[in-house]
Amino acid sequence: MRKILLGAVGLLGFLAVWQLIPTLGLADPHDLPYATDVFGRLLQEVRDLAFWRRLRLTMTSWAIGLTLATLTAVALGTVVGLVPFLRRATHTTVEFLRPVPSVALIPLAVLMFGLQMRAALVIIVYAAFWQVFVQVIYGVADVDTVARDTARSFGLTRYERLRYVVLPTALPYLMTGLRLAAAVALILAVTAEMVIGNPGLGRMIELSRSAGDAVGLYGLVVVTGLLGVVVNVVFRFAERRSLAWHQSVLADEATR
Amino acid sequence: MPDTRPLLRVEHLRKVYPSGRGEVEAIGDLSFTMMPGELLCVVGPSGCGKTTLLKCLAGLLRPTSGLVEMEGSPVTGPSPAMAVVFQEYGRSLYPWLTVRGNVELPLRHQKLSRAERDRRVADALDAVGLPQSARSHPWQISGGMQQRVAIARAIAYRPEVLIMDEPFAAVDAQTRADLEDLVRDLHLHRGISTVFVTHDIDESVYLGQRVLVLSHSPTRVREDLVIDLPRERDQLTTRALPRFTELRTHVYAQIQRAKRAPAPAPHPAP
Amino acid sequence: MTALGAGRTAPRGLGVRVAEHVLYAVGLPVLAVGLWAVWSTRSANRFLVGPGPLLDAFRRTWIGPAFVDDVLPSVYRLLAGLFASIVLGVAAGVLIGRFRPLRETLEPLLEFFRAIPPPVLIPVAMLLLGITDTMKVVVITSGAIWPILLNTIEGVRATDSVMLETADSYRISRWERVWLLILPAASPRIMTGVRQALSVALILMVISEMFASSAGLGYRIAYFQRNYLIAEMWSGILLLGLIGVLLAVAFGVVERRVLRWYHGMREVTRA
Repeated sequence: MRKILLGAVGLLGFLAVWQLIPTLGLADPHDLPYATDVFGRLLQEVRDLAFWRRLRLTMTSWAIGLTLATLTAVALGTVVGLVPFLRRATHTTVEFLRPVPSVALIPLAVLMFGLQMRAALVIIVYAAFWQVFVQVIYGVADVDTVARDTARSFGLTRYERLRYVVLPTALPYLMTGLRLAAAVALILAVTAEMVIGNPGLGRMIELSRSAGDAVGLYGLVVVTGLLGVVVNVVFRFAERRSLAWHQSVLADEATR
Repeated sequence: MPDTRPLLRVEHLRKVYPSGRGEVEAIGDLSFTMMPGELLCVVGPSGCGKTTLLKCLAGLLRPTSGLVEMEGSPVTGPSPAMAVVFQEYGRSLYPWLTVRGNVELPLRHQKLSRAERDRRVADALDAVGLPQSARSHPWQISGGMQQRVAIARAIAYRPEVLIMDEPFAAVDAQTRADLEDLVRDLHLHRGISTVFVTHDIDESVYLGQRVLVLSHSPTRVREDLVIDLPRERDQLTTRALPRFTELRTHVYAQIQRAKRAPAPAPHPAP
Repeated sequence: MTALGAGRTAPRGLGVRVAEHVLYAVGLPVLAVGLWAVWSTRSANRFLVGPGPLLDAFRRTWIGPAFVDDVLPSVYRLLAGLFASIVLGVAAGVLIGRFRPLRETLEPLLEFFRAIPPPVLIPVAMLLLGITDTMKVVVITSGAIWPILLNTIEGVRATDSVMLETADSYRISRWERVWLLILPAASPRIMTGVRQALSVALILMVISEMFASSAGLGYRIAYFQRNYLIAEMWSGILLLGLIGVLLAVAFGVVERRVLRWYHGMREVTRA
C-alpha cells in the first residue's frame, strides 16, 4: 500500500517537474514541450487508426524476429550444449560473434533487402539470437550428470531424455534468455525503423523529429517506453512461473 | 562483594518488536551486572531473546525501556568499548578482504600509526593462533578458522567487553572444543571481559565464571549462578569433575523449568 | 585403476594439450574463413566480399588518417559515455539502494525509463542538445546507465544484514562503509550491469553517428553503404566487431581482477 502510494508520488512528481521545466522557462517548449501537451496529443493519437497500424507493424516485426531467433537459438543451442565437442569447437566463434553490435549489420541488411521489414528482421534476429542461444547452452550443460546417466540406464529413448531430463533443467534458462531477447528485440525493432525507415513507430519518431514536431516525438517516446514496460512485465511473469520449480537458478541468474 | 564498580549494568531492560499482529515481546524485564574481567555466560531456552539482549548490549538495538550502562554511562549506540562476534562467521567476515584486512577493518578509522596498527593485527592473529593465514581470504580457510579470525578482529579492536553470540553453534564438535579453550585462554591470560551467549548448557558451565539462566516469556534472569570450578580448566578433566556434572544438571533443570513454567506466549522474533 | 586412469592422460605431454587447445580455439574460425574464401570466388552475389579483398579494404580504409578522424573520436565518445554511466549509475544506485523510501518512490519511474528503447533518445537529445559531441556522449550515457543503475540497486539492497551489523558494531564510518562493504558486496551485480551496458553503449555509439554526424564509425559505414562501397562497408562492420570483442575482452580482464574473491568463493562453495 505504502509502496503503491510512494510510487504514485514518484510518477506524479516526475510529471510535475516535466511540466514545470518549460513553464519556468528552463527549456524552450519547442525542445521540451509541456507534459500536458504531450499527453493530450497521445489521447488524440490513440483514437487514430494510423497509430494502431504503426504499432501493429512494429510489434509484428518484433514478434517474427523474436520467434525466429528463439527457434534457431533453441535448436542450435540444444545441439551445441549437448555435444561437448561442439561446445568446445564453437566457443571462440561465439565469443567473437556475440559482441558484434547488431546495428553494425544495418547497412548490410539494407543492401540485401532494401528498406523492408525483412532488413529489420535480420537485425532483430541477430541481436535476439545470442541472448537465447547462450542461455540455452548454459541450461543444457547444467543437466545433472547423475540424472542423465540414470535416464540412460533406464533405457529412455533420445526423445524421452530430451523431454524429461534436458527440457525441465534448461527451461528456466530459456525463459531468462527469452526475457532478455524480448527486450533486445523491441529495441532493435524500433531502432531499425528509425534508421532503415521501414514503417512503424520508429519511423514515425524519425519523421516527427525531422518535421520538428516535438510534441509528437515525445508522445511516441512515451509510447515505446510503455510498450517496453508491457514486454518486460509479461516476460518477467513467464520467467517467474518457470522458475517457481527451479529455485537454484535464482541465485545463479543474478550473476550473469 | 568486590569493591570495584560494575563494568556493565543492565536494569529493567525490555524490548518489544512491533509486528503485524500487535507487539511481540522479546525481553520482558532483565537486570544484571557484570564486573571487569568476568566471563559471563548467558543461557536460556531457544527463543528467549538471547540475541536481542546481545544486540541491546552492543548498542545495535534500542531497548524499548530500561537501561544498559557501560562504565557508568548509558549505551545509546555501538560503542568503542564493545566488540561483537557473531554466530554467522561466514557473513560477518568480508570475503573480498584478506584475513588481515578483516582484522584491520575496525582499526582503519582509529588514529593509529601504521606500525601500531600492524602490531595490533599481528598480535590479534597470534592470540588466535592464525599468524600464517594473514594473506588468505576467509573463504579459503575452514569454518573454525574463520571464527578465529572474527575473534581476532574483536581482540584487535581492544574493547572493554567482548560480546559473543552463540559463536560456535555452526562448527563441528572438535573445532568447538578448541575454540572454547581459546575463549578460556583469552579470558585467563588477557583478562578480556566477555559476555558469552549460548544455548549449550555444557558450554556455559565449562566456560563461565558465572552463568545467567534466562527464563522464557517474559524473559527474566531466572538464576545467577557462580561457577565454582577451578580457574584452569581443560576439556577432559574439568568435564569429568563431579562438580561439573552437578552444575550442568542444575542448569539443565532450571532451563527445563523455565520452558515449562510460564504460560505459552507468542514466540518473539529472534 | 588409478594406473589405468593416469596412463590415459599423463603421457600426453604439454605440447599435445596446447595443440589440442589451439585447434579447438581456431579450428572453426579457420574453417569458416576458408569456406567463405571459396564461396566468395564462386558466388555472383555482389554484396559479398571475400576475405582477401575485405582485408585489403580494411587496410586501405582504416589504417591511416581515418583512424584518427573517425575511429578515435567514436571510441572516445563510447568510453566517455560508459565512464559517465558507470560513475552516475553506481553512485545513484548506492543512494537509491540504501534508502527504501527513495527506492519505492522511484521504482515505477525507473521501470519506465529502462524500458524505453535507448535509440529513441537520440532524436530527443538532438532537440535538447543539438548535434554535438556532448549529445552523443549523453545519448550513450542515458542508454547505458539503466542496467548499471538497476543492478547496483539490487546488489546494494541485498547486502548481507550480518555484514551491515558488523560494520555498525565496529562503528565503521559512513564512507568506509560504502567503500569497504556496500560497493564490494554489490560488485558482482554491478559488473553484470556493466557487461549489459557495454553492448547498449556500442549500439548507441553507432546509431547516434548514423543519425547525426559527419564523421565517426557509424557515419562511415552508412556512407559506404549509400555509395555502394561494399568492401569498405564490410571492413567497417569488421572493425565494429573488433571493437566489440576488444571491449568484451578488456571487460573480462577487469572483471576477473575485481571479482577474484567472488569467483574464488563460488568455486569453494561449489566443490
